[in-house]
Amino acid sequence: MGATASQLGKDVLSEYQELTFLTKQEILLAHKRFTELQSRDSRGNLNPRVPTETILTLPELKSNPFRDRICRVFSTSESKDGLTFEDFLDLLSAFSDSATLEIKSHYAFRIFDFDDDGTLDENDLKKLVNCLTGETDDTRLTPDEMTQLIRNILEESDIDKDGTVNLSEFQHVISRSPDFVSSFKIVL
Amino acid sequence: MQRVDVTGEPVPITARIGSLVNPLLDQLPSYQSLLYRRKSSTSKPKRRGSSRNRLGSFGSGKSGVNTITKYEERQNGQTLQRPVRELPRTMAEKRTDRDQRLKQDQKLSRWTQRRRSTHRYLKRLREDAQERLNSLVLWRGDIHLIEGMFGTGILSYFSFLRFLVMLNLLIFLLMFSFVMLPIIIAPHTEGNITYNQADGSKCSVYPNSARRGLVIFHEHITDLLSGGGFLEQTYLFYGYYKVDAVRFPWFNYNLALAYLLVTIAYILLSLIWIVKRSASGFKRNLIQDVDRFQSFCNKVFAGWDFCITNENAGKLKRSSLLYELKVNLEEERIKQKIADRSRTEKCRIYAIRLILNIFVIAVLAACFYSIYWATIFSQKAQLDQKKENFMVDLIYEYLPSIVITLANFITPLLFCLIINFEDYSPAFEIRFTLMRCVFMRLTSIGVLLFSLWSQITKCKDGPCDCGYNHLLYSCWETRVGQEMYKLTVFDFIIIAAVTIFVEFPRKLIVNYCNCRLAQWWGQQEFAIPQNVLEIVYGQTICWIGTFYCPLLPAICTIKYFFIFYIKKVSLMNNCRPATRPFRASSSNFFFLVVLLIGLALACLPVLVGIAQINCSQACGPFVNYTVSWEVVPRTVSELPIGIRSLLFALASEACAVSLFVITCLVMFYVIALAGAHKRVINQLREQLVLEGRDKRFLIEKLCQAQKPPTVWSSPSQPQPRTSRDSRGSRGSSRSPSYHTSFSSNYNDAMFLAHAPPHSSTHV
Repeated sequence: MGATASQLGKDVLSEYQELTFLTKQEILLAHKRFTELQSRDSRGNLNPRVPTETILTLPELKSNPFRDRICRVFSTSESKDGLTFEDFLDLLSAFSDSATLEIKSHYAFRIFDFDDDGTLDENDLKKLVNCLTGETDDTRLTPDEMTQLIRNILEESDIDKDGTVNLSEFQHVISRSPDFVSSFKIVL
Repeated sequence: MQRVDVTGEPVPITARIGSLVNPLLDQLPSYQSLLYRRKSSTSKPKRRGSSRNRLGSFGSGKSGVNTITKYEERQNGQTLQRPVRELPRTMAEKRTDRDQRLKQDQKLSRWTQRRRSTHRYLKRLREDAQERLNSLVLWRGDIHLIEGMFGTGILSYFSFLRFLVMLNLLIFLLMFSFVMLPIIIAPHTEGNITYNQADGSKCSVYPNSARRGLVIFHEHITDLLSGGGFLEQTYLFYGYYKVDAVRFPWFNYNLALAYLLVTIAYILLSLIWIVKRSASGFKRNLIQDVDRFQSFCNKVFAGWDFCITNENAGKLKRSSLLYELKVNLEEERIKQKIADRSRTEKCRIYAIRLILNIFVIAVLAACFYSIYWATIFSQKAQLDQKKENFMVDLIYEYLPSIVITLANFITPLLFCLIINFEDYSPAFEIRFTLMRCVFMRLTSIGVLLFSLWSQITKCKDGPCDCGYNHLLYSCWETRVGQEMYKLTVFDFIIIAAVTIFVEFPRKLIVNYCNCRLAQWWGQQEFAIPQNVLEIVYGQTICWIGTFYCPLLPAICTIKYFFIFYIKKVSLMNNCRPATRPFRASSSNFFFLVVLLIGLALACLPVLVGIAQINCSQACGPFVNYTVSWEVVPRTVSELPIGIRSLLFALASEACAVSLFVITCLVMFYVIALAGAHKRVINQLREQLVLEGRDKRFLIEKLCQAQKPPTVWSSPSQPQPRTSRDSRGSRGSSRSPSYHTSFSSNYNDAMFLAHAPPHSSTHV
């Protein structure tokens, strides 16, 4: 399997253009990078699904604290390990410039939902904050600060006061957040 | 581990597990109604159906196909479908979706089919065109690189710089095409240029300032840097445009009118473009809750810049996020402390603030006086034509610029020091210091112009003969233009010099010298506010100076072009990002607000110059008029009667007053509407909380009612007929309920069977 961009047929390209938010150039670039990753894969070039460790060598994902969650969320395999090319395109589409706020907030919710239970409860929020500030002991907030912070977050976003943030509440608070659209972006 | 809910009461673990398997909530009408809302969230019922059977899987659902097709049918019955790519599903699902839609499309009439396909084709054309346009955007690759290394805060500075380059280019094109182009092409198209003749009066004497005889080399450099000498009588300055009108074969081009109208046009163009750019940020700032400056949700959910590719940048981002969160949490505590202040403490603090503010005003007054003095001294030195020394001459020329730059260097440090004693909350401290710096920078230009104005309009004995001091300033507009030119050039030199002679050595010293001084000094931080103030200052000078120096926008375009590369190189090599984070959204808004303040301040001198001060009789296009503005009334009086009376009617008092009254009425209406909306929103919020409590109460009742083995449906339940006799299947599958989640304190464990898919309320 070569790494030339002409591998993608024209109708396949236009189909991807229709089904994602990516432009033609972006799709071709994604294809090039994906085939590079495939050739780096130790299991051989014929595997359409690139394992997660190889995906995480991408510079765009390497320094991201949510990289594991991102790969898990966008993976369509049973074991949630590895992305096919279409999964990769889905990933780039959700993170692209022209994706709608709804798509971005939906996937952001799934990425932040560490225990995959459909809501952001206190543990999810704790893990989220620790991802943001760093995993070592001196970069964490003190337990008091953490409780104060989570109390503030829930006060702002939990509308039905049940102690967790569900998808509609999350999307509501994101729609009023001015930084989200510009920060939730990955461009190859 | 005992889990506590938001009110602090412990939730029994059994109850919590029970709440997770409650599929009854999927059948609630409130959830069902969410499906029908067109703009509702994007979680589909198919996912809920499939997720009952699989452990936390969001993959393609093979179950519940009936659900899908029924939902699709209902959706197709509605008017507008959302495009396939806006659905949060995997590629395979989107493909099947699209194929189904296409199949359904074929059932429609041929006309609708053709319309839909043309619609799709046009949309694709539009996207391709936009893609090509986007690839032409200036500095795309560079900005992408900066974003990856430093995040979106610093990125906003560079995109602001790019915006200013485009703005200046546009202003220059406007000026060029309407003022310079007619003069240039007139000889080639048989046009006839009528020049303003000197009428022999004493006001129209304009000595030629070009140097004669043997010219020493360094005088050329002085001329280049000061705009005098050989540069004075060129297209660069106002004085060269001694054209009254350009008579083309087919019409008469009134250059004076064009000059004036282009000035007004570029001010309006800048205003409209800036307002358009800031509109989205302004809307967002209004939407945000006014009483909360910091939004924790915004910081936590939107805190991480996903575009960061650099490991170091990631580390820095983490530490800056940590710092920001700590600071904001501390600020909450400080606010509490402020509210608890005693009266004596308050008096003490207010007294300190008063003294410090008086001190600040005194410092500002001292700076302004020194600028005034420097300008007058510089003007006198230039007019006396004393040639002492090359360097001393240059210093005299540039004295106002030097004093302004020094003042703008010292005062921010002073302000930062003073604000520490005034005991404000951290967020307010930042804002207040910035406002003071903005005020200082922009007012210094105003003081310079004021001192120039006082020189120009003051004559030795009483009121001036020509309306201005024609002995000292035969062409005062050119002189003002020269001052603006000098300010621009000096600004550029300073920026380049500071980067080369201060930042590079600092990096070398900090990296290679291990002394304590170097460690204390630390690496250069890219301070966004100060950098932004620098370029806004330059842009304000450009706006003021374009009327007097028509080529100034071109010079500013080139200047900002080079500043981009200088700053980029400096950033990459010398700087580390600021530890204090600067949010992208609020920063964009801040930049544009400061730019608007600069524009407002720039309008004032231009308007005064056009409408108040008598224009020079010896140079420029307005020789035949007393003030520059006089062109417009004279042109209007030459228009046909119909248009003239229309214009007079529009400018009359009756029209103005009625327009004002109507605007006031509209404003009051909009304010009342906004207040009413706010009240409704508050009511809806309270209602949501009550609804949540109602639901929990009803579910509890339902569980209690379940305990006896007989089937009993509570009449207050929204779904009547679900068979609930099997208590055994507390499913191990976790159903992620996206819209309703319950973690409340149930007293009993809940065991509810999965409801059959064809209950009455289930689609």
